[in-house]
Amino acid sequence: MMKDNIDHPQPQYQKTKGYWHAVLRQLKNEPLAIISAGILLVLIIAALFAPWLAPADPFKASMLKRLMPIGSPGNLLGTDELGRDMLTRLMYGGRLSLIMGIVPVFSAFCIGTTLGLIAGYLGGRVNMVIMRILDIFYAFPSVLLAVAISGALGPGLSNSLIALTLVFVPQIVRVAESVTTQVRQLDYIEAARMSGSSNLSIIRVHILANVLGPVFVYATGLLSVSMILASGLSFLGLGVKPPEPEWGLMLNTLRSAIYNKPYIAALPGGFIFITSIAFNLLADGIRSAMDIKK
Amino acid sequence: MLSYILKRLLYALPIALSVTVVSFMLVYLAPGDPLNAIAPADAPADVIQALKSAYGLDKPIPIQYGLWLWRALHGDLGTSISSGRAVLGEVLGAVSNTFMLATIASFIGVFIGCVLGALAGYWRGSWIDKIATTLSVIGVSIPHYWLGLVLTIIFSITLGWLPAMGAGPGGSSEWVWDYEHLKYLVLPAVTLSVIPMGIITRTVRALVADMLEQEFVIALRARGLSSLVVFRHVAKNTAPTVLAVTGLQIGYLMGGSILVETVFAWPGTGFLLNTAIFQRDIPLLQGTLLVLCMIFVVLNLLVDIVQPLIDPRMGRT
Repeated sequence: MMKDNIDHPQPQYQKTKGYWHAVLRQLKNEPLAIISAGILLVLIIAALFAPWLAPADPFKASMLKRLMPIGSPGNLLGTDELGRDMLTRLMYGGRLSLIMGIVPVFSAFCIGTTLGLIAGYLGGRVNMVIMRILDIFYAFPSVLLAVAISGALGPGLSNSLIALTLVFVPQIVRVAESVTTQVRQLDYIEAARMSGSSNLSIIRVHILANVLGPVFVYATGLLSVSMILASGLSFLGLGVKPPEPEWGLMLNTLRSAIYNKPYIAALPGGFIFITSIAFNLLADGIRSAMDIKK
Repeated sequence: MLSYILKRLLYALPIALSVTVVSFMLVYLAPGDPLNAIAPADAPADVIQALKSAYGLDKPIPIQYGLWLWRALHGDLGTSISSGRAVLGEVLGAVSNTFMLATIASFIGVFIGCVLGALAGYWRGSWIDKIATTLSVIGVSIPHYWLGLVLTIIFSITLGWLPAMGAGPGGSSEWVWDYEHLKYLVLPAVTLSVIPMGIITRTVRALVADMLEQEFVIALRARGLSSLVVFRHVAKNTAPTVLAVTGLQIGYLMGGSILVETVFAWPGTGFLLNTAIFQRDIPLLQGTLLVLCMIFVVLNLLVDIVQPLIDPRMGRT
């Protein structure tokens, strides 16, 4: 199971080969993280190459083949309420679900790190303005904020991406800001400044390297939350619109079938669960490989 | 202490005020005129004008906000467009249902989380630690709306033990504390409790494990005190953090129960938000959001105030 950070003193000699190299080597000692990475890889490949790998057309409905059971000939995982092949739709569904899970975290990572660096490095009034504005977002529970923003913007893929990004930005800014503030006060930054480095190069060379690690770990931890929230928005009808295949939306439309074909109805949610737990375990592995406390 | 409470209150005020601004402004994020929800598209110009002045929509936005806030402070959150009833009444009814669900779910989650976390932290590396860690990973990774669906499939459809939807027999939304109604509460509450369960297990496990390495625990042990006494000291020291997390979790669940409420057709704020969003019922959306966020702000404040009361170290700083 998950090993504790304390159990992993990082051998010094590995650092000569570079920090990320050492992290990768450490990661090899985390079997759960490796398995999770493998599962995610399979899901991503299945989603990316769905047009070539999938056995059927994801939109082709058939009134005669509605809700076929799992294991039917020609429909390995059965069919949905409109007779579309479940396996095909699950593979295609991975595309939107993974995009909706990963893109908000990635954009929040970029925006949040930038804002956090600015707030932390400049300090003073700039810091106060940025951090106080972000405090407002903390006054909203994250699910409520996501639902409210995408509800106000109206249903749709891009609107839910915006809503989720807005939910994650403040959290990432806080992490980036606190690390930057700590690092900024260290002597070597002072030394760099005295030797004539510009602010930009101090941030780029000396601060960013220290900030990226913790922020990266935090962001990987957000991936599973993002998956759950994104599919949740679709489940509510606020994300992707039908007939587009997406796991959360499939879970929603299949609710009508819950009484006669419960396993098929639950199937898309199972994929959300597997993806989210794999993201979580991978994030745990990366965290302990990078030796960062939560 | 009094000055501390006052300071916290002063800090919460601007937050509360900005929450009202966001709740109000959110509506202007919406594409199109808010009037579209009220008037038919082909309404004559004078009707639209009359409606605009009736809803105060002909005034500049800051003035609209001021008027809205003034009325909200007096308990008038406007009239729901979809039902024609006062928003405040609708929201308060729903909030009490959600609050009940969130509180019970939090307590289930916190109780199981504390027990599992404490055992896991105390016997790190043992089989119980492995179970607790696995459960907490599942707890934080599972899409709870899916868990609700799976529990419905198992306990209502397959076994037929518990009702799948609603908050009372015959679709009634009037809550009564009796066996018949409690049966409706079980599945949603258990589903929702998984979120705090996972988080609290993790937190308590880490806290207890950390605490056991501290010198005062070693000193207690060295004095030959029984493990029960040692455990009591550890529990006392973890309580403030657990309390803080619990308070926040109730708040998160209040806002986060929307998905679970949808799965179980629970007549709470989630259901209300759903109606508000899909019928573009703007006063209802603003009102629900405002009340939920205010509860969250107040809960945060309460946690801040109660924490130093049970943790004397914090009061001094």
